[in-house]
Order: sequence, then C-alpha cells, then structure tokens
Amino acid sequence: MSQTATMAGSAPATSGEVVEARGPRPKPFFTPRKIVIYSVLFFFSLYYLFPLYVMVVTSLKTMPEIRFGNIFALPQAPNFDAWVKAWSSACTGLNCQGLSPGFWNSVKITIPSTIVSIFIAAVNGYALINWRFKGSEIFFAILIFGSFIPYQVMLYPLVMITREMKIFGTLQAVILIHTVFGMPILTLLFRNYFASLPQELFKAARVDGAGFWRIFFEIMLPMSLPIFVVALILQITGIWNDFLFGVVFAGTQNAPMTVQLNNIVNSAQGTPEYNVNMAATVLTGLVPLAVYFISGKWFVRGIAAGAVKG
Amino acid sequence: MADTAAPMEAGIETVDRPGLLQRLFFHNLPAKIAALPMVATVLVVFVGCTIWTVYYSFTNSKLLPTGKFVGFDQYERLFATSRWNVSVWNLVLYGSMSLVFTLVIGFLLAVLIDQKIRFESAFRTIMLYPFALSFIVTGLVWQWIMNPTLGLQGTLRNLGWTNFSFDWIANPRMVLFAMLIAGLWHGTGFCMVLMLAGLRGVDDEVWKAARVDGIPTWRTYISIVIPMMRGVLITAIVILGSGVVRLYDLVVALTNGGPGISSEVPAKYVFNYMFSGGNIGQGLAAATMMLLTVLIIMVPWAYLEFGGKGKRT
Amino acid sequence: MQHSVSIKDLSLNFGNVKVLEHLNLDIAQGEFIVLLGPSGCGKSTLLNCIAGLLEVSDGQIFIGGKNVTWLEPKDRGIGMVFQSYALYPQMSVERNLSFGLRVSGMPKDEIARRVARAAEILQIQPLLNRKPANLSGGQRQRVAIGRALVRDVDVFLFDEPLSNLDAKLRSDLRVEIKRLHQRLKNTMIYVTHDQIEALTLADRIAIMKNGVIQQLADPHTIYNKPTNLYVAGFIGSPSMNFINGAVDGGTFTAADGTKIPVGAYDFVASPAGSLKAVLGVRPEHILLGDAAQGMPFITAAEIEIVEPMGSETLAWTKVAGVPVTFRCSSDIPLAVGDKVNVGFDIARGSLFNAETENRL
Repeated sequence: MSQTATMAGSAPATSGEVVEARGPRPKPFFTPRKIVIYSVLFFFSLYYLFPLYVMVVTSLKTMPEIRFGNIFALPQAPNFDAWVKAWSSACTGLNCQGLSPGFWNSVKITIPSTIVSIFIAAVNGYALINWRFKGSEIFFAILIFGSFIPYQVMLYPLVMITREMKIFGTLQAVILIHTVFGMPILTLLFRNYFASLPQELFKAARVDGAGFWRIFFEIMLPMSLPIFVVALILQITGIWNDFLFGVVFAGTQNAPMTVQLNNIVNSAQGTPEYNVNMAATVLTGLVPLAVYFISGKWFVRGIAAGAVKG
Repeated sequence: MADTAAPMEAGIETVDRPGLLQRLFFHNLPAKIAALPMVATVLVVFVGCTIWTVYYSFTNSKLLPTGKFVGFDQYERLFATSRWNVSVWNLVLYGSMSLVFTLVIGFLLAVLIDQKIRFESAFRTIMLYPFALSFIVTGLVWQWIMNPTLGLQGTLRNLGWTNFSFDWIANPRMVLFAMLIAGLWHGTGFCMVLMLAGLRGVDDEVWKAARVDGIPTWRTYISIVIPMMRGVLITAIVILGSGVVRLYDLVVALTNGGPGISSEVPAKYVFNYMFSGGNIGQGLAAATMMLLTVLIIMVPWAYLEFGGKGKRT
Repeated sequence: MQHSVSIKDLSLNFGNVKVLEHLNLDIAQGEFIVLLGPSGCGKSTLLNCIAGLLEVSDGQIFIGGKNVTWLEPKDRGIGMVFQSYALYPQMSVERNLSFGLRVSGMPKDEIARRVARAAEILQIQPLLNRKPANLSGGQRQRVAIGRALVRDVDVFLFDEPLSNLDAKLRSDLRVEIKRLHQRLKNTMIYVTHDQIEALTLADRIAIMKNGVIQQLADPHTIYNKPTNLYVAGFIGSPSMNFINGAVDGGTFTAADGTKIPVGAYDFVASPAGSLKAVLGVRPEHILLGDAAQGMPFITAAEIEIVEPMGSETLAWTKVAGVPVTFRCSSDIPLAVGDKVNVGFDIARGSLFNAETENRL
C-alpha cells in the first residue's frame, strides 16, 4: 500500500533525492506579501507616531534650539522649563497663570459630569428595558436621532435656558450640558447592556416583591460593572476633550483646559514660544492618553459599543 | 410590555380596569419619574430647542432673539455672504475627501491588521491613540509640524532640500489638505477599529468556503466580505458624516479659519455670528442649514435601517 | 488498490497542544467515512487538514493518489459543506453555485450545465433566483451541498452539515445525503458528533478521541464489537451496562461475587490466569422472563424505575449489585417492585481489560 502511495506521489520515484511534500509547506521568512503588509503598517505607524514625538521633543527644547530649525532633532539638553512655564506662568492676554487653573477646572467639570451623566443614563437604560411604558420607545428613538443634530442648532436656546436658570457661566451649566448631550450614547449603551442580561433575573426579583429602585440598586447595578467601565472611559475622555461647551457655557473663570490651551497658543501676544506651546499641548493630552493606555481593550470596546447606534 | 397585554384583558369583564388617565399616569409610576430627565431632554432640548432655532431663524434678531418675522431674509443674506459660501464649499470638499479617505484608509488598515500579523495590538494601539486626544490638541500639534519656517518645511530646507515646499497651512488653496492630514490622523484609527470589528464579524466558514472555491483573497474581500459588511459601512458613514458637519474645534485650533477665510466651516460661522458677531438671526439661519444637511444624511439612513419593519427587534 | 484519500502519519500541533497525533487513515474510492467523536476530539481539525484549510505539522495527505500536502484547497479535488452553510449572503442561489467556477474562468455554457445538473440533483431549481436569507435551513444546506457538487470533484467533505437543523429536518436530509451518495458514488468524509448520523450513513466509522482514532470499522462492528471501553460507552443510547469484576478462565466474577459464565465469549486472545475486567452488555441484549430462560446467565431482579418510550420500555434494575438498564417491548407490563428474571448471552456482550481498557 505504502508503495502505491509513493509511486503515485508527486515526487518522481526515480530520484530518491527530490523532497516529497510532507509536513508544513515550506515558506520563506520574507514573502512579498509579508513585506508589503509590514511596510505599509510601518509607514502608517510613522504617520501616527510622528506628532507625538514632535510634541514631546519640542517641549523639552529651548527656544534658541527650536529656532535652529530641526523638528526631528532630539533636545540637546532636555529640560522641563517649558513644562513648568506652561503649567504655571504661560500668558493668555493679561492673565499669566499658565494651564493649571484650566486643569483644575477640567477636573471640576469632568468628575461631576461623568457621575451625573452615567447615573441618569443607567437609570434610563434600565427603565427602557425593564419598565417600558407607553411612549418610552418613542422618546428613546428621538433621543438617538437627536444625537445627530449639530450642537450649534441647540446652542443658543440652551444659553437662554441656562441664563433663565441663573447658572449660565458656571460649572453647573457645563455639567448640565454634558449630561444632556452625553445622554443618547450612554442610554443606548446601558439599554443594550441591560437587554443582554437574562430577563428571568428581573422577573424573579419582581416576584420576590422588589420595586423599581430596589431592583436597580441591588440586582442590576452589581452586574453592570463592565458597562460602567466602558461608560466611564467614554465620558472622561469625551468631557475632558470638549471645547465647544466649555467655551460657551463655562465662562472665563471656569474655562476648561482645552479652552485655555487654545488661548495660550492661538491668542498669545509677542513671539510664540513653541516649546511652551507644545508642553501645554502634551499636558492637556496627558489625561486622555493615560486613560487610553491604562484602559487598553476597554477603550476599544467603548468606541465600538458607541458606534453600534440603533 | 404591559400595554400589549391590554387587548387580551378587554374580553374579561369581571376585571376592574383602571381608567385611562389613571393608567397613563400611575402605571409604572417610578419608571416614569426615573425617566423624567430623559423625557425633559428629548422634549426641551432635542425637540424644543431645535424648533425654537428654526422659528427664530426667520426673524431679524440682532443682539437678542426678539426680532420680528422676516421670512427668508436671513437665508437670502446667508447665501449672499461669501464667508458662508466658502464655509459650505469647504465643508463639501473637506467632508467628501475626509469621508472617502477615512473609509479607504480605515478599511485598508483593518484588512492588514486582520492578516494574522505579529504585534497586532501594538499596531492597533498606535493607530487609535490620536482618537483619544482632543481636536484642539490635534490641531495645535499639526499647526506646529506644518509651521512653514520652523516645522517640517523649514527643517528639510535647513537639511539641504532647499526647494522643499510644505506650506499648506498658510496657502489658501492647500489649507483644506492641511486640515485633511490632521483630521485623518485623528479619525482613521477609529474607522479602522469599526472596520476590524466588521471583518471579524464575518463567519470564518465563509472564508473557508471561498478558499475551497478557489477565490483569490482580494476577490473575496471585494465580492463577498465588503457586501457582508454593509451594516458596519453604513454606521461608519453616518458617524463620520455627522462628525464632519460638526467640524469646529479642529479648525479653531489649526487655522482659526485662515488664511483669510479660506478654511472657514459652517459650525464656526454659526458660532461667530451668535456669540461674537451679535447677529443671532443670521447665526440661527446658518444653524438651520446645518440641521438640514444632517437630515439629508440621516433620513435615507434611518429609512434604510428602520424602514423595513421587523428587521430589528 | 488505489485509495481515494490516504492520510499518512499526520500530526498537527497548535503551539504545544497536540491536536492530532500520527494519524493514519486510508479511504477507498466511493467510500462513505464518518469521523465521529465528542467536540474537541480533533475530527473537524482532521477534516480541515484534508481540505487544506489547516497546515499540517507533519505527515502527508494523498487524494486520488496525488500528494496534496502542500496544495491549495481549490487544487485538491475536494468540495466542502459547512455547518453554518457559509453561503455568500448577497448572492442569489445561482450565483452562489457558480461563483467559484466563474472566478476560475470556466466557459459560461459549462457553468450553466453544471449548475443545472446540481440544481436537478438537489431539486432546488425553483430556488435559483432567491437570496440565502429567503431560504429555510434545509434549503440552505442543499445549496451548500450544491456548491460542492458543481465543482465536479471526487471527494466530498462534510463538516457537521446537519447540526444547525432541527430534528425532523435532520433525519430528512440524512436520507437525502445517503441517496446522494448512492447516486454519485463519490468518496465522502463526514464529520459529526451525532452517533445516529454516523451509524446510518457510514460505510465505515472512525471514532476519535484526543486526536487519535480509537476504532475504524463498519457500523455493525463498532456497535457490537467495540475495541475499547471508550468506544463501547460512546456508541449506543442508552449506553452499554458495565459490570466490574475479574475474569478467570471461563468465569467472570462480579465485584459482589456473582458468577457469570463466559465460556461462549469470543476472546480476542484468551487471558491467562485471573484478570481484572469489565463486562459490558447492551440494554437490548438483556432479556426478560420466559425469553431469558434459554440464556446462559439468568438472575432474579427487582424493577426499580420504568420509562415507557412508546414502542419500547426502558427499565432499571440491579444485576450483580450494579444498576443496569434493559430494553423490552412495551407490550410487557412492568411495574416498579416487580420481581423478574433477567438473562443475557455473553456471546453478545463485551469484555474489557480493566487496566488497558481494551477489548479482551
């Protein structure tokens, strides 16, 4: 039998030297396909990494070194002077306090906005799945559809409303606005998550006599940790990176970091200090970058979940 | 849920049915109370504010929204303003280029990442991190890189390539491409993640079947995989499209509309007229035009997605 | 004799995990082979290796006498049917069937001829213009078979093709696959975890466990002369009754001391001296009452549980101190607590070495 096989095999039986196909197919280490794949990926990686490199390198240089004009060069004597200046004494107009007030404003905006918006959205999602009432689905549909309306359309009336509420130009106004505009995506997130939990659990709790809030706090919340992490990542980066709402609603006193950064760079008087500008830019990007690198896969999950609208 | 059961109960006469009003208000009362913020947001913000804006765009409001009804005057003036026309034209040009390039690059990168490569997660991390940064940061970094004297152009000239030219940011005819470089840097990683999710969602056995059928890989992508990813593609187009219409922060940080008015966009036009131009009626009319644009994108999508009833539950 | 498919010393590792180990299998022209085993036993992996969808770590695969170890799936002369059907969703049935042929640049009239033939054989002519989404599960599976059919190949590979169908459709399609095989007389390799499918369809069954073929034989042999304890326990529902004990010469002594004469047993090799052994008897080979009278071994037993199954009744009792199931006609009235005589013929049973678990 084995004789037959060898005879019929692809290798001519006459020469014992010819290798017969056996085991894994021999593959050269460098195939054209692999070379193309890796070189394209490498090229794009340069495109993505270059700004980060330039940002950090520039922020560590001195101005004379920058004027010499080599954006690629590593700093000759890396120093954090520009960082210190960007943090504590860079000027916007007459105000020379650096970015630090903006940082703390952003913290004061981000923390309460994140908590409030996530809590409300979690309750929404829970009510939409487990306690449907007449019209609840319609409200949800408008909410999702509304998330596509450009903010500029609703901006002016919201200014008037917050003015009426006497909170325009305060932290409360920004927090309210972030809660409102974060609601569609977060509600969707929580609604889909609660829909994926077994309905029997909710029914069993009802039979046991638990009510709306009791089921929410004692059954649903303890099971929702993953989606809370996703929502947290989504909101912290989203709110920290916001510019428009900060500029409109916060007032100059409470301007978040992004707004102050833009002021420092784009409306500074005199010769621009590029090292300070880049240090300020790195500083502003630090929080979302930290969230991104710490959260890893969760960040991807967050934007993927956010993308599956409807 | 409970509402759908109502017709069945109707036949049983002995059941004491609560009155309609009572049912409307007290049925699931805690749920309704809990949903109040959502209901208020929907009614006041998404519906109320939008209608208010559309209504007052037909008035001649200047500093305060109190003007009298003037029909389409604001719109006529809008389209007679060169700054608006430039903004719209920029949006169309930038928007279509950004959409096409983001989708193509995002898909290409996703395909490459999906080839069972080494260091997959490192590549993914590198491609996605710009998306975690704000548009302000994105704009400012690229503004510095594209700085004609000290940025990439200056550096390469100093290094001896004296006729190298990369002054797009200061060149009215090229400034949109400068925006495109920064915009793609920020958004292609996101698109790649979406596309990768779509690619990974394709049944493994379909790939096997295509291999047994002897269909080349590129042909499998074009004839089988892309049509199967229709849902992801439409989602990506809708998200990217509505993002383009909103484009604001990036322009403020990168060029602030310049040089001149050559990189103005509608969102910035609205903002300037409302909050610094003191011409609210004009700003509202421009905002209404933005709304119209989004509706033109959204309505066909909503119709495709939700029109066929029972497709989704 | 020319083998249709021949697997020589095939091994496959994923990293350190050995999925298939030094596997040999020769399949004759026109034979219907079923690879049977629990999930994770390597049966689907083996099929994917034959198809060329997985690269082997060592060994060779011959199809039609040709060494195909390094060939692409399309060049191996195989057609494959998948569990999830793997139809191209946006193409009509007709295009699904013809896509591979069109890509390979076959003349139009030849494509049309092959599609028509496949559609006729599978009786899917009325469906040709429909999209897969508008087909029922059974219809989809026919189209998937059709896609293999149009390739006009000698070897068909089926990867759990009926697992996604409901019980009724599954038995209908099972018959159709058998009819198809009788008509086409192709070599077919069929992977399943369903022993009914294996027993009804196969010319020979290969029972696999942990990447190793435990027994390769025709269904009758597999069922009646299982080569080891694993095969004996895997095949048959309800499964075989096992009694632990020891065999010494012509007698099997159960753990509780019950002696069962095994002189009539057809030993593979007569064990020398006393040996720990396991005696296996299929439930339908245990007879009851008068029928048990002629049996070499009879004992009194008390009925503990009765499960009427319609055409027959399953009853639980104890023999030699061990719970034992037996099957009898539903005409026999049985009640819990009944004292009955049960007996069986050791010639129809199986004896296994308790240590090696191999058939004695």
